[in-house]
Amino acid sequence: MATKVVMEALSPTMEEGRLVKWVKNEGDAVKTGDVIAEVETDKAVMELVARADGVLRKRLANEGDASPVGTLLAVIAGADENIDALIGGSAPAAAPAQAQAGGDTAAKAPANQAVAETAETAGQSPAPSAPEQSQGEASTPPQTGSGGSEKGAGSAPPPAGRLTPPRPQRPPAPKGNGARPGAASAKPGERQRSSPLARRLASERGIELGGVQGSGPGGRIVKRDIENAKSKGGAARSAAAERLASEGDFKDIPLTQIRKTIARRLAESNGPVPTFFLTAELDVTRAAEMRTQLAEMGDEYKASFNDIIIKAVALALSEHPEVNAHWLDDKIRQFNRIHVAMAVAVEDGLITPVLFDADRLQLWEISARARELAGRARERKLTPEEYTGGTFTVSNLGMFGIDQFTAIINPPEAGILAVGGVEEKPVVVDGRVEVRQRMRVTMSCDHRAIDGATGAKFLQTLRRYIENPLALVI
Amino acid sequence: MPVVTYRDALTQALREELQRDDRVFLMGEEVAQYNGAYKVSKGLLDEFGPMRIVDTPITELGFAGVGVGAAMVGLRPIVEFMTWNFALLALDQVVNAAAKMMYMSGGQYNMPMVFRGPNGAALQLSAQHSQAWESWLAHIPGLKVCTPGTPADAKGLLKAAIRDDNPVVFLEGEMLYNTKGEVPGGEHIVPIGVAELKREGDHCSIITHGKMVLVGMKIADDLAKEGITLDVVDLRTVRPMDVEAIARSVQKTNRAVVLEEGWEICGVGAQVVDFIQRECFDDLDAPVLRVHQEDVPMPYAKNLERAAKPDAAKAIAAVRKVLYLD
Repeated sequence: MATKVVMEALSPTMEEGRLVKWVKNEGDAVKTGDVIAEVETDKAVMELVARADGVLRKRLANEGDASPVGTLLAVIAGADENIDALIGGSAPAAAPAQAQAGGDTAAKAPANQAVAETAETAGQSPAPSAPEQSQGEASTPPQTGSGGSEKGAGSAPPPAGRLTPPRPQRPPAPKGNGARPGAASAKPGERQRSSPLARRLASERGIELGGVQGSGPGGRIVKRDIENAKSKGGAARSAAAERLASEGDFKDIPLTQIRKTIARRLAESNGPVPTFFLTAELDVTRAAEMRTQLAEMGDEYKASFNDIIIKAVALALSEHPEVNAHWLDDKIRQFNRIHVAMAVAVEDGLITPVLFDADRLQLWEISARARELAGRARERKLTPEEYTGGTFTVSNLGMFGIDQFTAIINPPEAGILAVGGVEEKPVVVDGRVEVRQRMRVTMSCDHRAIDGATGAKFLQTLRRYIENPLALVI
Repeated sequence: MPVVTYRDALTQALREELQRDDRVFLMGEEVAQYNGAYKVSKGLLDEFGPMRIVDTPITELGFAGVGVGAAMVGLRPIVEFMTWNFALLALDQVVNAAAKMMYMSGGQYNMPMVFRGPNGAALQLSAQHSQAWESWLAHIPGLKVCTPGTPADAKGLLKAAIRDDNPVVFLEGEMLYNTKGEVPGGEHIVPIGVAELKREGDHCSIITHGKMVLVGMKIADDLAKEGITLDVVDLRTVRPMDVEAIARSVQKTNRAVVLEEGWEICGVGAQVVDFIQRECFDDLDAPVLRVHQEDVPMPYAKNLERAAKPDAAKAIAAVRKVLYLD
């Protein structure tokens, strides 16, 4: 079955695209999802992928050509299938109209040349046959019944004069956890069902619907399947209500075109996590005084520099959610809760136990919990829940006499703070040289998620907290 | 804010508008000496006298027509029907006279009148007296149709209806008359055609009106305990319908259940679903479901009546279904 390859709208505002490069040659075998060509949109160079399996039989555009969305660019078909009719009718002027016609296209094509239009909504699956396509959504069983009317249907006589044909008798709904017939994914060759919202989200995030398992009735792909497709490797969580309840813990930021371009180009240049570093020297004289005073109040109030830094980082993160984030390839997830991980050296490596909701903990609580977690980390007694789930990490080598270092980001976290040792230094204060306690911190930032100015503003806030440490205990 | 019944909220609105404008008068069966079949006009005869609180014979078509004539000569009549089930006899005046008069007179006659009375099923009043008529009346260009679900909205909408220069159909809930709620004293106007978000949530929109508003709020409260939060959009007026409020909510939640008291076929909910599919097509994650009365005349037997009516359990089942939770 032949499939048209058309200029697709690869960005929401794209009206035409320039074919930058053909990646496949005529005669190459292609599979659904293979990159056929690179297309420059109004914002970026994007990949045009095959929507069907077969052979790239004919290329109809040259590299460098600009074409309106919907223009026929190539034909994918069986190796010896006759595609003359498709190529003949490919005058550019007619092409956009064909693309918009959607399901009607099949009816217009010659009867023995069923064509699967590569329009947005038809692009998820192996090409449907012509009759199915022309009926579109209407070919799915009617979903008109509310929960209520179905309940009543068993006892009530069939009402006269219905406007709709009688509903097909449904099989009794299975109870318990047995596999629902409806939950099975679409069989090969069947139209892949998906909700309009799921299609829109998939298109915005560049997710191929063909690779997504639908969890709705009849294998319908719904919003949660798209959300799980990238972040969770496809498996829909069963306790859906629990998932819904936890949605408030973070905010997903869809990637803009500029963000996608930044991410792709920086990763090409600098390895998978394109990192940059920001260093600041902080004055910790007052923090040191506070430590002394806290220690005088009793052992339970004692706090290390590291505890003070964790508290300050947590408060600074609460003011800079863009730093309290994970990079998830298709989006940036900003967390509403602040879970600070701290790197702890153990005998043959390191581990990062997490101080959950660190912004809500008192300094003495952080101190006690950090000490306890570090102790058990060295004894290898941490449970996985205790060392996963961090939203930002702090690594401190000050106790080894290190002045300054750069730490490696722990993906998918977007940042990590490397803390050096506290040192007495001559510093000019108000025109006079004074001896002050100073400490250098270096923040590593995943540039795909955090820009230079964003990281710098975070460090400004961190400085405000560290240099005015009373803010950490009030 | 004072807590009053839906019934007293309506009486407040009538009294205030009768005091405010001496062109306003109330007529209908038993409205004067008997204080109204549902006591909505209690005390008004004593206060305003028989010229303004007028008992009529049992002649719905007749006194509806007198109302239309009174409105044509500049009065502002309020016509009470003992129930909307009886108002069927008067529909010629409502649909063919009141709704058409301004249009067919080329704008010479305004029709500042209100047709009001209880609508929908109460308890075991059987098939002929247990019907929700809003989809019939909302079908007619020229009419406005109000369906308040709370005492505050009952007062605010009735005052707005009496001041409107168009014929307004005002559908009260027989089972709502004794419900209580906070009602602002004095000048409280709810604009016709503006919906209100009665509950705010993220996971599904309930679009409803009239008596079912209480059911919508109840299931929102019940489901919140499971972590499922609902937007409850109370249309308040089914014509004109606040399409923006519906779209705003569904675009946020991606799912909708339309809850109404009447029958399914050509019901108000069918119109709501039509708006949703046009305005929110790319936002929908599930087909919109409707919860409504079963497609039968209302049974008299208590158990069958209960089975035929829309209720919280049916609405919750529909919500779970659009959330793909069942």
